[in-house]
Amino acid sequence: MTDREAVIRCEGIWKIFGDKSRQAMEAVRRDGLSKKDIREKFDCVVGVQDATFSVGRGEIFCIMGLSGSGKSTLIRHINRLIEPTSGAVYIEGQNVNAMNARDLRALRAERIGMVFQSMALMPHRTVRDNVVFSLEVRGVPDEVRRKVADHAIEAVDLTGWDRKYPDELSGGMQQRVGLARAIAADPTILLMDEPFSALDPLIRKQLQTTFMKLSAELHKTTVFITHDLDEAIRIGDRIAIMKDGVLVQIGTPEQIVTEPADDYVADFVAGISKLDLVTAARIMQPVAQYRKEHPSEPMADWPVAAPTDKLNRLVDLAVGTEHPILIKADGAEVGVVTKRALLRGIQGRDEASTSATEAA
Amino acid sequence: MAEPKTFDWLNPFASVDLNFSEKADGIKGWAIAHRDAIQPIKRSLEGFIVSVEKGLQAVPPMVMLALIVLIAWQAAGRRVAILVGVCLLVLGFLSPAAWGLAMTTLAIVVASVIACAIIGLPLGVLAGKSDRFESVIRPVLDTMQTIPAFVYLVPVVMLVGIGNVSGVLVTIIFALPPLVRLTSLGIRGVNAGVVEAARAFGATPRQILFKVELPLATPTILAGLNQTIMLSLSMVVIASMIAVKGLGNEVLRAMGRLDAGKAIIGGLGIVMLAIVLDRITQGLGRSGRDRGHLPWWQTGPVGVVAKLFRRPD
Repeated sequence: MTDREAVIRCEGIWKIFGDKSRQAMEAVRRDGLSKKDIREKFDCVVGVQDATFSVGRGEIFCIMGLSGSGKSTLIRHINRLIEPTSGAVYIEGQNVNAMNARDLRALRAERIGMVFQSMALMPHRTVRDNVVFSLEVRGVPDEVRRKVADHAIEAVDLTGWDRKYPDELSGGMQQRVGLARAIAADPTILLMDEPFSALDPLIRKQLQTTFMKLSAELHKTTVFITHDLDEAIRIGDRIAIMKDGVLVQIGTPEQIVTEPADDYVADFVAGISKLDLVTAARIMQPVAQYRKEHPSEPMADWPVAAPTDKLNRLVDLAVGTEHPILIKADGAEVGVVTKRALLRGIQGRDEASTSATEAA
Repeated sequence: MAEPKTFDWLNPFASVDLNFSEKADGIKGWAIAHRDAIQPIKRSLEGFIVSVEKGLQAVPPMVMLALIVLIAWQAAGRRVAILVGVCLLVLGFLSPAAWGLAMTTLAIVVASVIACAIIGLPLGVLAGKSDRFESVIRPVLDTMQTIPAFVYLVPVVMLVGIGNVSGVLVTIIFALPPLVRLTSLGIRGVNAGVVEAARAFGATPRQILFKVELPLATPTILAGLNQTIMLSLSMVVIASMIAVKGLGNEVLRAMGRLDAGKAIIGGLGIVMLAIVLDRITQGLGRSGRDRGHLPWWQTGPVGVVAKLFRRPD
């Protein structure tokens, strides 16, 4: 992901809550106080501790953590709803913390859309007026607003509801309005603060699908907060695991599940199904090695998959045949997945030979 | 009078005299000394009250009654309109003079409430936004509400003289606090998440106030306005002691003559007026949801008229 241009860059964000947060921050810099020391000496609470990450253009970056881990605090630094005690946020190279009030409002209204767990719709405004709020505060004329609203409302499948009030809508529909409001001004960045956590599972899945469809179309740079690892894996290009204000690990879903950084992350991912995460590249053995063991097997009628195909796809292929699966990248044969390797892969154990290179 | 010479630690209050009452009486002197400065303000206020009263008196009673019933229908629905109509009829038939007296009282109440709104809303918004201002203004409001009206009646009369203006002033002192309190409460009660969302979408503090906080606080603010109106009405008898005409004056005169019948007429008149004003303002405070989310021009008499003029589509 490093090759992509960083749209959001957070550098060394610290947030310490309390009356003496400044002094506490000084002390941390000077003596490297622990969180416990800060609480005892300064009566301050550390919300976010030295968070550094960047999000590339079009990337969906999930921040996963349990409640109280500081993830909602962290996301509010990106549009400066919360001031960091130390550190800075850069959006497309601009330092958000150095902006004056006017520029900051322009940034919020035009380049960042936000969706809240509590929906936070304005109950006295119709769906349409909620959706185009950010345009209204910028003084965009009415006819343009109307057009934008229709477009955004259509994008979340709520056409015909534009004159209703939020309390006339179900929870799922309300959050669709929240989503429409966030994308209405066509911002570069979407901030999603646990958008689907308050919804029941079926609606949640539905909205995740809507969101992913939209996200594929609109290609927004997204920071997505969740406490649900399944959701993070389903949605995120990369996932950051947050614990007690610290970003413990940042990586792709596959990395997080297969190479957890510590026991905390390992515990988290223990119950996660590998079927949709682990790719063929991770469990295959090189063609040459397979050839050595089975010199004269015809490969002509073997099923073929790509190195990026997930285990689920390989299982589908494997049930239709007795043969192993041939992995091809750009027309070249790169590896072989045997039934044995596939079954072990599903279990999460590494059965592929240790010399398996990451051909992809 | 023999002053106690010995200082008693167990009862120091009896032996120390700081002479507060005499010093406080200086207010009276100060008020008299500054009478002239207050005259221009007094005259413009007086003019305003008189024109309100003239306006109310000029309308024939039955027209006025119909007008108020229509307003009630628009603001609070058909059932309230019927109740308001009945109350106004009762008020009119109490005595031949009752309607005119009621209009005089209404003029004082309207003038006081307008003044309260002009002063109280900004103060309430400030108190809702700033904890410091709230902590400063709270004891002032407590004082205004609890200090007996007779205490400030005298300085106000010394300063302004007797008549309608003084009546409005003492009414403001008594009726203002609930509006300030409930405006502050309403602003503080606005869902913080919604305000945060408004910030996140780039609203200015001013836009947040007018597009989010005030609309959402409106039901609470209107409850405050309702209380202010009720308290203004309850002041009319006291205000009549400083030569304010109207229903209150009837009650006061009847008390002097032990004329129970006349007192009941004045009293009932005030009650009828109170019911009318209360129901109308309570109706204003209903949330959009209670009204089926219809805009106001689609409900009540305006809605009926609008429907007549709208082409069938």
